[in-house]
Amino acid sequence: MLAYIVRRLLATIPVMGVVAVFVFSLLYLTPGDPAVVIAGDFATAEDIARIRERLGLNEPFLVRFGTWLWAVLRGDLGVSIFTNLPVTTLIGQRVEPTVALTICTMLVSVALAVPLGVIAAWRAGTLIDRVVMAFAVLGFSVPVFVLAYVLIFVFSLELELLPVQGYTSIREGFWPFLERMILPSLALGITFMALIARITRASMLEVLSQDYIRTAQAKGLDTGQVLVGHALKNAAVPIITIIGIGVALVIGGVVVTETVFAIPGMGRLVVDAILRRDYPVIQGIILIFSAVYVLINLLVDISYTFLDPRIRY
Amino acid sequence: MATPATEILQVPTIRRGRVRDAFRRHPTAIIGGALLLAMIAMAILAPYLGTIDPQAVSPIRRLRPPSELYLFGTDMLGRDVYSRVVYGARISLIVGLSVAVLSILIGLALGLVTGYVRAVDTVLMRVMDGLMSIPPVLLAIALMALTKASVENVIAAITIAEVPRVTRLVRSVVLSLREQPFVEAAVAAGTGFVRTLVRHILPNTIAPLMVQGTYICASAMITEAILSFIGAGTPPNIPSWGNIMAEGRSVFQVAYHIILFPGIFLSVTVLAVNLLGDGLRDALDPRLARRM
Repeated sequence: MLAYIVRRLLATIPVMGVVAVFVFSLLYLTPGDPAVVIAGDFATAEDIARIRERLGLNEPFLVRFGTWLWAVLRGDLGVSIFTNLPVTTLIGQRVEPTVALTICTMLVSVALAVPLGVIAAWRAGTLIDRVVMAFAVLGFSVPVFVLAYVLIFVFSLELELLPVQGYTSIREGFWPFLERMILPSLALGITFMALIARITRASMLEVLSQDYIRTAQAKGLDTGQVLVGHALKNAAVPIITIIGIGVALVIGGVVVTETVFAIPGMGRLVVDAILRRDYPVIQGIILIFSAVYVLINLLVDISYTFLDPRIRY
Repeated sequence: MATPATEILQVPTIRRGRVRDAFRRHPTAIIGGALLLAMIAMAILAPYLGTIDPQAVSPIRRLRPPSELYLFGTDMLGRDVYSRVVYGARISLIVGLSVAVLSILIGLALGLVTGYVRAVDTVLMRVMDGLMSIPPVLLAIALMALTKASVENVIAAITIAEVPRVTRLVRSVVLSLREQPFVEAAVAAGTGFVRTLVRHILPNTIAPLMVQGTYICASAMITEAILSFIGAGTPPNIPSWGNIMAEGRSVFQVAYHIILFPGIFLSVTVLAVNLLGDGLRDALDPRLARRM
């Protein structure tokens, strides 16, 4: 067990290595001089020289990569070109809203989508099943920010039930925090929910046809016990897997959702950084988001052994 | 095992019949296909659909609500939102279709090689695993951040973000195929490497790739809109649905029509492609269809 975890942990090193090389060489993959590109259309020769110096572009590629990687490993993501502040400081200021939004989204999505998928599978072929599946197709088709605006329009502008935009820390009260999280979490979670509901239904359908489900029913257990205790438990591995993979959707959506709802998080930071061509910030955020994604999927892999004792490594 | 000649003669007829049959059983796929065709027709015929110049600025007529004259109202520069939305279909469809075709072709080439050549496999798949651990939207954003805003660059950025998944799909199909008796028979009969790949492996990857292609098309259209919406996509002088919505962002509370109409068109088009994809999947891969 421990050996397996260590082995999986070691396997993430080459993956993160590729990410690091890619993030670093982004600057050099594009045609032209990166200093000129970063400086933008209105830069003077001095600006370009300054940026060239800042990025260490006068050094050979491998030396630059080595220096950069060593700094990253010590937790130094460089200095923002636009604000002159360390990237880690900038990200540190923006972590809380993004973490709050991501956790709320995942909680809401899993709490709504898994029961929907279970019910759809239990009542396969009926109207409920069709409605859930139609919702899943719609969820894949309505982009995050379109749904976000529809939600704002209905719940904030027309019904005036919830605030239009903004973020309040949970430290300033639970309700002010929650009322500003409801719409962003729903909008951001829609595709994620569709994905989870679909896989839950598929996985449950497979399990529900097994003999041990009939046995459980035959020995007089009520439907809830059979569905949750026997079926869902055995259908869990694909569901957990898709939750892990789907985190990529949530991370990608964070960028747009924070823009629509004016949430001062890392997504907003990366959008601002793109408009200012503040490349160290973009690199830092991509590295962190990717690391989180890899880490979550590592936890998913490890959770298999707990969920399904038949899986032994 | 049929000889190659009869195999080639039979497969298309059987498959065409199956497709038609499945489409009859899946009306949603027909609705999706019809909607998509309508969107394509709208994009091609944009100049003849009662549109005016989508870039024509008219400051006196700023932020007009939808009316008979301005079906979808006007934006904050007085441009006709209806004309912009109709022309915007061109960008979404061009990006969606180009990304689907390009990423399938590149992914197919890479997948065939990795599935067949061990040495390439280990190296290339590590690289693909690394790329796949960067969320695709973020990867496209990163690539766009350093290039000039243009439709070609948007297509390139989204394609790069999609290629690893296609490669993985093709590779897994190839890996399972090369153990199949008919491939072993072909190799045993002295069929060359290239011929085996083209004649026996390639045709079997087409069905899953068509399905995958529609899903890529749908997600590429959404990604383009996201990129344009945050200001890192199609340049502002070309109307795209994401651009129009980005421009309506600051005035959403007084003129929500600027965001509403492109949002509806984008959602309907993506829905159409997704419905078509589901229909294709059911028709071409009955084994998977039963599970989903």
